Amino acid sequence: MKILVTVKRVIDYNVKVRVKSDNTNVDLANVKMALNPFCEIAVEEAVRLKEAGTASEVVVVSVGPKACQEQIRTALALGADRGIQIETEDMPESLNVAKLLAKVVAEEQPDLVIMGKQAIDSDNNQTGQMLAALTDMPQGTFAYKVNVEGEKAVVTCEVDGGLQTVALKLPAIVTTDLRLNEPRYAALPNIMKAKRKPLPVKTPEELGVELKEHTKLLKVTPPAERSGGIKVFSVDELVEKLKNEAKVL
Amino acid sequence: MTILVIAEHDNSTLKGATLNTVTAASQMGDEIHLLVAGYNCASVTEAAASVAGVSKVLVADNAAYEHQLAENMGKLVTELGKGYSHIVAPATTTGKNFMPRVAALLDVAQISDIITVESENSFQRPIYAGNAIATVESLDAIKVITVRGTAFEPASVEGGSASVESISNIHNDETSSFISAEIAESDRPELTAAKVVISGGRGMGNGENFAMLENIADKLGAAVGASRAAVDAGFVPNDMQVGQTGKIVAPELYIAVGISGAIQHLAGMKDSKVIVAINKDEEAPIFSVADYGLVADLFDAVPELEQKL
Repeated sequence: MKILVTVKRVIDYNVKVRVKSDNTNVDLANVKMALNPFCEIAVEEAVRLKEAGTASEVVVVSVGPKACQEQIRTALALGADRGIQIETEDMPESLNVAKLLAKVVAEEQPDLVIMGKQAIDSDNNQTGQMLAALTDMPQGTFAYKVNVEGEKAVVTCEVDGGLQTVALKLPAIVTTDLRLNEPRYAALPNIMKAKRKPLPVKTPEELGVELKEHTKLLKVTPPAERSGGIKVFSVDELVEKLKNEAKVL
Repeated sequence: MTILVIAEHDNSTLKGATLNTVTAASQMGDEIHLLVAGYNCASVTEAAASVAGVSKVLVADNAAYEHQLAENMGKLVTELGKGYSHIVAPATTTGKNFMPRVAALLDVAQISDIITVESENSFQRPIYAGNAIATVESLDAIKVITVRGTAFEPASVEGGSASVESISNIHNDETSSFISAEIAESDRPELTAAKVVISGGRGMGNGENFAMLENIADKLGAAVGASRAAVDAGFVPNDMQVGQTGKIVAPELYIAVGISGAIQHLAGMKDSKVIVAINKDEEAPIFSVADYGLVADLFDAVPELEQKL
């Protein structure tokens, strides 16, 4: 079975983002970039399925400017077999990304597509579901556990009240939540090996996808600052303040 | 302009998130239709018809919609949504699951998790875990939107007298099927709907100690939450997690006990009206967002608090 994993290059999750002073966007100049954490979990899950003998090949794909090859190489170092970059000037909107990925799905014919549930920059949480709709595949989102059983993937999903398990006929799409697994670190020899793995570059034109503008970013502002309050020195004082000052008790 | 809102429910009760979503929808246009897709969901339909501001309830009552699987919901909502200017759902796990499918099938963008309605086609939404707020304009004819419930007041459950229309469209995709659900049962209010939330962190030490918080919760009619550290340590189940990767809450009163205040946790609760922090480490970042901070050992302060409430 073949698994396709998608990865996105995003700001490192440890970096505190700053909004540009002209409010056009956040400032990403000279900021450390990394593999989106949910995508990293997706790569790990695919590699584990390969190690378990369930999958025979793991293909990793990313959409974006040339720099995203770095994240594809990271995924290759973690155990993916080969990469594909779809080169775009900027980061296209989710629906455009889903359309590009749908073309890759049509070419590669994977049995399972594993994606992060969302990217930690745009926080959209939609590309996986959109790809599923465009390819008419079933989906298991916010995956907590994935079992491949013959022609089916049994996916336990994190839902608001607890957990929900669904059976999906392959080919299917799974999007990962945080607790699916703990990704490994890439070993140095694997990082060296990853440099020699194939990574062809394609363009939206070659794939026959026209990128369309569906939304316009009008401005980006910092969130309202919450000013720290006061320290209270006893439980009595706390209860008194909550009753008489905040009036929430 | 008519707005289609998708109701969140469990076939027996209409969930609170629907009411916040109706309020958001009322700021986008003048007429609101509410879709109830479920199975044996007559009581939900009845509740939906009396929500203030809703003029029509569409009911798709069929076994295919019992678990609101994304494959079936996606096709149903796409079909029904074509005549509307906006299709709006709560940004719950159910809404997040099927709505992007609707957007893709309609060939439009989805604007996720909005927190304000600026105009009929521009909206604010948090990005970078709430560390920046984007104002986004939709260029599509049909706007597909999910709503962060805590950012809008709930619509009244009374006062509406909507007409009810039965929908017979059935989409039963056989590639996906429901196997089981493990939903935590509790008499306490839901985390995202509670007026008071008390949450514990790694400082709680173990799961048994959460009983102290439950006692206070019972006195205040509060929901009990937890930080990711407490969930990862195995103290409590994942559905109690408040934070960027868990639930977003904005109650009247949020009490953080033994929680240091990692950015990931703050992203889930910093819009609460009043925040109380109890922590023995006076350097803990949670104090920088707390209205009232008490530097104390929680094992002394929490039982005392329970007694004095």
